[in-house]
Amino acid sequence: MQHHEEEALGKAYDSHLMRRLLRYLAPYRIQVFLALLITAAASLLQVCGPYLTKIGIDRYIVTKNYEGLNKVALIYVSIIILGFLLGYIQTYIMQLTGQKIMYDLRLEIFTHLQRLPLAFFDRNPVGRLMTRVTTDVDVLNELFTAGVVTLLGDVLVLLGIVVIIFYLNFKLALVAMSVIPLIFLITVVFKIKARDSYRRVRTAIARINAFLQEHITGMSIVQLFNHERKSFAQFDEINRGHLTANLDSVMAYSVFFPAVQVVSALAIALIIWYGGGQVIERELSFGALVAFIQYSERFFRPIADLSEKYNILQSAMASSERIFKLLDFPIDIKQPEQPVRLKEIQGEIEFRHVWFAYNRLDPKKESAGPATGRALPALNPVTRESEWDWVLKDVSFKVNPGEAVAVVGHTGAGKTTLTSLLMRFYDIQKGEILLDGHDIRTLDLQQLRRSFGFVLQDVFLFSGTIASNIRLGTPGITEEAIYRAAQDVNLEEFVEELPNGYVEEVKERGSTLSTGQKQLIAFARALAHDPRNLILDEATSSVDTDTELKIRDAIARLMQGRTSIIIAHRLSTIQNADKIIVMHKGQIREIGTHQELLAQRGIYYKLYQLQYKDQELPLART
Amino acid sequence: MKKLSTLHRLRAYVGRYRARLLLGALCVSLSNLAAIASPRFLKYAIDSLGGSISKEKLLAYSALIVVFAVLEGIFLFLMRKIMIGVSRYIEYDLRNDLFAHLLGLSRRYYQNHKTGDIMSRATNDMNAVRMLLGPGIMYSANTIVRMIVVLFFMLHIHVTLTLFALATIPIVSLAVRYFGAVIHKRFEKIQEAFSEISARVQENLAGIRVIKAFTQESSEIEQFKRLSQEYISQEYIHKNLGLIRVWGAFYPMLGALLGVGGVFVLWFGGREVMAGRITLGDFVAFNAYLGMLSWPMIALGWVINIIERGSASMGRINHIFDAQPEIKDDSVSVSPVPFILQDKSGSRSLPAGPVLSEIQGEIEFKNLSFAYNGTRVLRDINLRIPRGATYSIVGETGSGKSTLINLLARTYESTDGEILIDGLPIQKYPLRSLRSQMGYVPQETFLFSDTIRENIAFGVEEASQTAVHEAARLAQILPDVEGFPKRFETLIGERGITLSGGQQQRTAIARALIRNPRILILDDALSSVDTYTEERILTALKEIMRGRTSILISHRVSTVKFADQIIVLNQGSIVERGTHEELLDRGGYYAELYQKQLLEEELAGA
Repeated sequence: MQHHEEEALGKAYDSHLMRRLLRYLAPYRIQVFLALLITAAASLLQVCGPYLTKIGIDRYIVTKNYEGLNKVALIYVSIIILGFLLGYIQTYIMQLTGQKIMYDLRLEIFTHLQRLPLAFFDRNPVGRLMTRVTTDVDVLNELFTAGVVTLLGDVLVLLGIVVIIFYLNFKLALVAMSVIPLIFLITVVFKIKARDSYRRVRTAIARINAFLQEHITGMSIVQLFNHERKSFAQFDEINRGHLTANLDSVMAYSVFFPAVQVVSALAIALIIWYGGGQVIERELSFGALVAFIQYSERFFRPIADLSEKYNILQSAMASSERIFKLLDFPIDIKQPEQPVRLKEIQGEIEFRHVWFAYNRLDPKKESAGPATGRALPALNPVTRESEWDWVLKDVSFKVNPGEAVAVVGHTGAGKTTLTSLLMRFYDIQKGEILLDGHDIRTLDLQQLRRSFGFVLQDVFLFSGTIASNIRLGTPGITEEAIYRAAQDVNLEEFVEELPNGYVEEVKERGSTLSTGQKQLIAFARALAHDPRNLILDEATSSVDTDTELKIRDAIARLMQGRTSIIIAHRLSTIQNADKIIVMHKGQIREIGTHQELLAQRGIYYKLYQLQYKDQELPLART
Repeated sequence: MKKLSTLHRLRAYVGRYRARLLLGALCVSLSNLAAIASPRFLKYAIDSLGGSISKEKLLAYSALIVVFAVLEGIFLFLMRKIMIGVSRYIEYDLRNDLFAHLLGLSRRYYQNHKTGDIMSRATNDMNAVRMLLGPGIMYSANTIVRMIVVLFFMLHIHVTLTLFALATIPIVSLAVRYFGAVIHKRFEKIQEAFSEISARVQENLAGIRVIKAFTQESSEIEQFKRLSQEYISQEYIHKNLGLIRVWGAFYPMLGALLGVGGVFVLWFGGREVMAGRITLGDFVAFNAYLGMLSWPMIALGWVINIIERGSASMGRINHIFDAQPEIKDDSVSVSPVPFILQDKSGSRSLPAGPVLSEIQGEIEFKNLSFAYNGTRVLRDINLRIPRGATYSIVGETGSGKSTLINLLARTYESTDGEILIDGLPIQKYPLRSLRSQMGYVPQETFLFSDTIRENIAFGVEEASQTAVHEAARLAQILPDVEGFPKRFETLIGERGITLSGGQQQRTAIARALIRNPRILILDDALSSVDTYTEERILTALKEIMRGRTSILISHRVSTVKFADQIIVLNQGSIVERGTHEELLDRGGYYAELYQKQLLEEELAGA
C-alpha cells in the first residue's frame, strides 16, 4: 500500500556491475597498483609470524639457544613494525583514492541529473535522487576502501598460508585442508539465507521510512480525522514485518559464526591427531606442529569476517545498480546533432497537429515505469493511437510575433502541458512545434529555452539573495539590469524596505517571503533575462487584491513587445489578449478574441457566464 | 551519570526481556568455558608428545577438542540468537511506542520540528540504540567473561609471562579510546561539511524546472563542482585527510600491538621453556589464550563506540518522548500515549474512544483572542453560529481565518476567551469525539499514497462501497474516478497516478463528507478547482449543508455569497458581518472586494 523503494533483488556479486565499478579505479591505476603491491608485501609479512615461531621452537628453544631466540624475537618485532607501516600506507592511499573516486562519481551523477528530461523528475521524488548522490555513493566508498583491496589482501594471506603449510608438510597440509569443502558448504547455505533476509530487511526499512515520512508530514490530517488507531495498526504491521525479517537474518548470522568456529576446531583437532602422530614418528617437528595450529587459526579468521564483507558487497551491488540505473537513464531530449542557430528570434510560434501523451495506456499496469522511471515512450508506428493516454490531441494554432495569447480551459484541459512542450521539457509523439518556422527539435536547445521567459504557478526561489534569484547563474546580467527589472515589475518598493536591499538573504524556498513577493521576484527574474517570448502560468488564487493589482501591472509590462502565452484561471486577466485559445479535454475548441468568442456562445461563453453572471446581476440593480 | 539518565527509559524495555537476557548471559559464560578447554587439551597433547603417547590418546584429545568446540558453537549460537533477538524485540517495541507518541503530539510540535529531523531520530538514532542493545550488550558481556576466564588460566600457567603478554593491552584499549574519540569528532565535522553539499543538491533538484527553463545547467554543475572541490580539496578532504591519517593508522596499529604481545610470549616464554619452568605445551596453550583475547580486545573499542553513539542517540529519541502533547483531554490521565492502553499481557490494545451523543452544532466564539509566537493573530472574536447555519469568512491572507478554524478543531489551543459548542467549552469534549463531529477540508490538500477508496474512507471506521461512491459523487470526483482504469482502487501518488490540484481538493472534500459531520469546514478548499466545477460542487454542497453547521473560507465572492452570514476578518478582528446584500449595502471591505472583482472585469473588458 505504501510506496517504497523496491530493493532490487540483485546478486551479491554481479560481474557486470563489478567491471563497471572497477572502471572508476582506472584514473587512479598507479595508486591502486601501489596499494595492491603494498598489500601483497604486507600479506607476505603476516604469513611469516607462525613460521618464525616454528624456527624459534625447533632451532632455539629445543636446543636452548638463548641468543638465537633473541634474534628471532628481534626479527619478529621488525616484521611487525614493517607490517604496521605498510598497512598504514596502504590504508592511506586507498582512503584517499576512495575520496577522489567518490568526488568523480558524485559529479558524474549530478551532471547527469542536470541533463535528464523532466519526465524523469516527474517520476522520481527529490528525496530518492538525493540518496543516489549521498548514501549510495558512500556505500561504494566502503567497497573501494574496505572491500576491494582488503579482500585481495585476505585472499593473498590465505594463499600464502596454503603455500607455507604445504611446504612445511604436504601430508598434514592435505589432512588440514580436508575441512575446506565444509567451509564452502556453510558459506553457500549462509549466502542463500543471508541474501533473502537482507532483501526482506531492506524492503521493510524502506517501508517504515516511507510510512513515517508520509504520516509525519500529514499528521494533522491523521489527527483531525481520528485516524490514529488505524495508522498505528498499519505501522505495527509494517514494524512487525521488519522484526520478523530481522529475526530471520539473526538466525542466519547466528549459525554462520559458530559453524566456522567448529570447522576451525575440527581442523586443529585433525592437525593434533595426524600431526601429533607425525611428531611421534619424527616426521614433523614440534615447531612445525605449533606453526600448523597457528596457521589454521589465522586461516579461519578472514573466513569468519566474510559475513561482514558479504554485507558490504551486497549493499555495494545494490547501490551501484541504483546509481547505474540513474546514469543509464537516457537523455532523450538533447541538443540535435546539427542544431540550427537562429540569428534573431522573431517569436512566431506555431503548433501543427500536435499529439502528446505522458503515458501509454496499459490496463494491466496502472503504475507506469519502475522506480527509476523510464524515458517517455516514442511513438511506435505499430502502436495504435488508442493505446496512448493523450493529453493533447491534434492541437494546431499560430501566434504571430509580438502577439499575446491567452489559454483558458478547465483544469486538466492540457494548458500547462502546452507550455512545457514549447520549451521542449517533453518531446511530442506526433506533429510539429515551430519557432520562426523551424521545428523546435532542430533548434539549438539552449537558444530555444533562452528565448522564453518562464514564470511558473509555484515560484521557486533558491537560497541566496534577492539579486542572485533574479540573476540566477546568467553571467551577462548587470546590477543595473536587476534594478531595472525590479523597478518594472513593482518589486522595488518592497526591496527598498528590506535592511539589506537586493542582497537581503533569501532562505530555502523563499520561506520568509509572501506569495505575492515571490511572484514579483519571479517576474523580475524573467524580465532581467530579457526573453523574446513569454510563458506565464498565472497564479492568482492566493494573493490579496492590492498585490494582485501590482502583479497585473507587472504582467502588462512583461508582455510589452513579446510574444506571450498566458495560462489564466480568471478570464478577466486575459481579456485584453490578442487571441484566446479555449482548451477542452486536450483539444483546441475555440480560438478568437473575447468579443468573437462571446458571440460564438460556445465553451468560452459558458465559462464567462459562470464566472460573471452572478456578479453582473447586482451591478444591474444599482 | 548523564549517560545513565538518558538510558533510563530503556530500563522498562530491557526489564520486559530480563529472563531471556539472563539466559543469554548464561550462554556467554558457558560458551567461554567451553572455549577455554581447547588450549588445555592442546597442552596435554603436546606435552605428552615428548614422552610416549599412543595414537588412541591423541585421537581422544582431538575428539575432545571437537566436542568442546561443538559445545562452544551451540552456546555461541544461542547467545547470538537470544541476545540479538531481544534487541530486535526491544527495537520493535520502542519504535511502536515512538510512533504512538508521535500520533499524540500536537500540530505546533510538527511546525517547530523538521520532518527530516524527526525521521532521522526514528530511523538512524533508533538503529544506533538497537546496536547498543544488541551487539553492545552482547560483546560487552562476552569480553568481560572472556577476560576473566582467560586471565585465570594464563595466570595459572605463568604470572610474569601473563604480565609480559598483556603489557600492550592497556595501550591497545587506550589507543582504541583515543582513536575512537578523534574519529568521532572528525566524522562529525565531515558530516557537517557534507550536509552543505546535500542541501545544495536538494535545492537544485527541487528547482530543476527553473534551472532548465533558464538554461542554468552548466552554471549549476560549475557551482556544484566548486562547492564539492572546495570541500574536497580544502576543507572536506582536509578534514577527511585528517580522518584518513588517523584511521589509516588505527587497524595496523592494533594488529602491531597485539603482535608485539605475541613476540613477548615467544621470547620470554621461550626462555622459560628452556629454563624448564614451563612445558612446551604450556607455551603453545599460552599462545592460544593470547589469540583468544585479541578479538574481544579489538571489539572492546568498537563496543565503547557503540555504547557512546547509542546513548547519544537515545538522548535524541528522548527529545521526542519528552515532548508532551500540548492538546489533550482534560479528564484523561497524563499518559504520554493518550489513546493506547496496555493490558496485563503486555500487548497493546486500543480502547474505543468515548463517543459523545451527537452534538447539535451550535458554535460560539466568546471574547476569543489568540497569539502565535508573540504575534496577535485573533483579537476579541465574538461570533455565534446557530446550528445548521452556513457562515462564510473572507479576509486577506494573514487575517486569521485559518487560525479560527484551527482553534475550533483544537489543533491549536485558545489562550484567551472561549469556544463553545452547544453551550459547552470545547475542552469539555473528548478530543476524539469533538473531531469526529467535524468534516474538515484543509487549505493544503494532503492525501496518502493509498487507493482513492482508502483516501475517501480515511476518517471513518468502516465505509461501505455505497458510502464511498456517494461521497465521491457529492464532491464531483466520481466522473474522474470512473475514468481511471482501476476506479476506486486506483493508487494515488508515486506508484499510481498523479491527481491534478483540483482532483486532489475534490477527493479531500469527499473525505470530509463521508464522515457525515455535524460541522462542515471548507478552508479555501475550492482554490484549485475551476469555476465550472466550483459551481457544481457548491450546488451539491448546498444540499448537504442543509441541517449542518458549515463554515466556508474563501477569496472568491462567488464561493461565499450565498452564505447565511458573511464574516469579514481584518488583522484578526471581525470588521463586518451580514448577508451578501447587507454587506454590499454597507459599502465596506466586502463591497470593495466585490467592486474590485467587478472593476477588474471591466478594466479587462475595455
